[in-house]
Amino acid sequence: MLELSDIHKTFYAGTPNEVRSLRGVSLSMQQGSFVNVIGTNGSGKSTLLNAVAGTFLVDTGRIVLGSEDITRQPEHRRARRIGRVFQNPFSGSAPTMTIAENLALASRRGLSRGIGWSLSRSLREEIADRIRTLKMGLENRLDNPIGSLSGGQRQAITLLMATWVKPDLLLLDEHTAALDPRSADQVIRLTHEIVTRDQLTTLMVTHSMQQAVHLGDRILMMHQGHIVADLSGPEKARARAEDLLSRFDALRHRDQLTPAVRDLLELSYV
Amino acid sequence: MVLLISAFNFGLIFAFLALGVYISFRIFHFPDITADGSFAFGGAATTAMLVSGWGPMVATGVGFLAGMLAGATTGILHTRFRIHGLLSGILVMTALYSVNLHVLGKSNVTLSEASTLNKTWTAIVKKVVGDVERVDILGWMVGIQDLASLLLMVLLMMVVGSTLFCFLNTKFGTAMRGSGDNPQMILAMGVSDKLLLTFGLALANGLTALSGSLLVQYQEFADVQMGIGMVVWGLASVIIGESLVGESRFGLLIAGAILGSVLFRMMIAIALRCGLNPNDLKIITAFFVFVALVAPQWSRKRKTRLLVAKARVAGNA
Repeated sequence: MLELSDIHKTFYAGTPNEVRSLRGVSLSMQQGSFVNVIGTNGSGKSTLLNAVAGTFLVDTGRIVLGSEDITRQPEHRRARRIGRVFQNPFSGSAPTMTIAENLALASRRGLSRGIGWSLSRSLREEIADRIRTLKMGLENRLDNPIGSLSGGQRQAITLLMATWVKPDLLLLDEHTAALDPRSADQVIRLTHEIVTRDQLTTLMVTHSMQQAVHLGDRILMMHQGHIVADLSGPEKARARAEDLLSRFDALRHRDQLTPAVRDLLELSYV
Repeated sequence: MVLLISAFNFGLIFAFLALGVYISFRIFHFPDITADGSFAFGGAATTAMLVSGWGPMVATGVGFLAGMLAGATTGILHTRFRIHGLLSGILVMTALYSVNLHVLGKSNVTLSEASTLNKTWTAIVKKVVGDVERVDILGWMVGIQDLASLLLMVLLMMVVGSTLFCFLNTKFGTAMRGSGDNPQMILAMGVSDKLLLTFGLALANGLTALSGSLLVQYQEFADVQMGIGMVVWGLASVIIGESLVGESRFGLLIAGAILGSVLFRMMIAIALRCGLNPNDLKIITAFFVFVALVAPQWSRKRKTRLLVAKARVAGNA
């Protein structure tokens, strides 16, 4: 479904602030698979997601979604087929507009937006029905501005917006990182429900080893712009949070050595 | 009474400008200075058309389109060429000054000989009510032309205002509001925020130019400098409107902007009547907007200071 081949991205190239965020990332995702991406700060996991979403264009490499090469497509074109939920709960919805209006906007993702009435009666009913499935009591507050909701509620709505029109690919960028533990649990449960129900192909970046272990069918571990581990099948099923953490520790220890010593040690011990 | 009617007329004419400023400043949060140029551009385009013998309807329509063109240019400068929003507006406004001189041919042109929307409409009204020059309203004699113009402006504003309201409720219009509210969200919903902003600025400046077009037809002359200070004027109207209707839904805010414009014009008319020097008009408008922008901050600070003081007193006790 999603094919990334040899993606490179360097920010501020040629300046002292140069950051080589992605250094040759390749990835192949099956239709309906749920892939978790974990990694240290600055490992390039969010950059990878943004490269797929089209926030910036990659330096080299190819991105193919389904049968379409989207490497050079602008962000809004890709968004017709990609649903997104951001880390910041305020990013995914328009604060001064009502819940109903926000969902009405989402109901046209990837479709034409003519000069027909945006909120018809039947759409309003459908919105109320779908919001009821969130079990947050928001179906009675359809005409309240979204800005009056809590972070968790906004994130739940954003998830609903991203998946209202079934996307070919769902991108979740640490979408529970800014929430309190209870809301985070709620949003994760909802994510699981929606993804399983609609069998969505999902790429999720997470900071939580627990989420990575419990959700999805594959774990990618990123470090310094590379994918350093790729666990799937039984390996993923056996993985525990402690194992993942100890792998990170190993990576960190390795970084503390100079490249010359590292090579020498690898030569003699591996 | 005559003063009141003319203030109403001017207020409604400038209300189109207020709607334009409302779209760019409030819906898109875009500081669009183009309005100073497009206001005069609308007036100039209409004047040139009328002088060369075109009908008032066509001339007014062309005025509106001229403004849309100016607004779209600002939008493209900002979105395509990544020029700072304020600067894009300044560039277009400056360029429009020369364009307006060319369109008008000289720095001011009279329309007393040409047919205008107001004259045509007055003729229609006279056919209905009979050929009278003045009408007695509560003891005051008011010119039929002023009354007819007022009626025309009220009708026009009702049509334009409700069309704008309906448009902002369509799928496309909702996307426009969403784009101003949160550009990142609208991108994720598969629409280009750049396209929406460009269209929004075109619409805003179209309305501003319509205002200029109606003004030249009402006062029967066009001046190349007529656009100076229009952004601030529109902003003042919008701010008054907001204080009238409060933080509410955009439908009320549209009505508020219209009312604000009429009210503001009325205040100015009264101030002028009381002996205000017309030369001081712009500085007073600017000062008014300054106070309106700063007053909420002051009152907020005062409130927090009071709360802190109260808490301290409670703590000591």
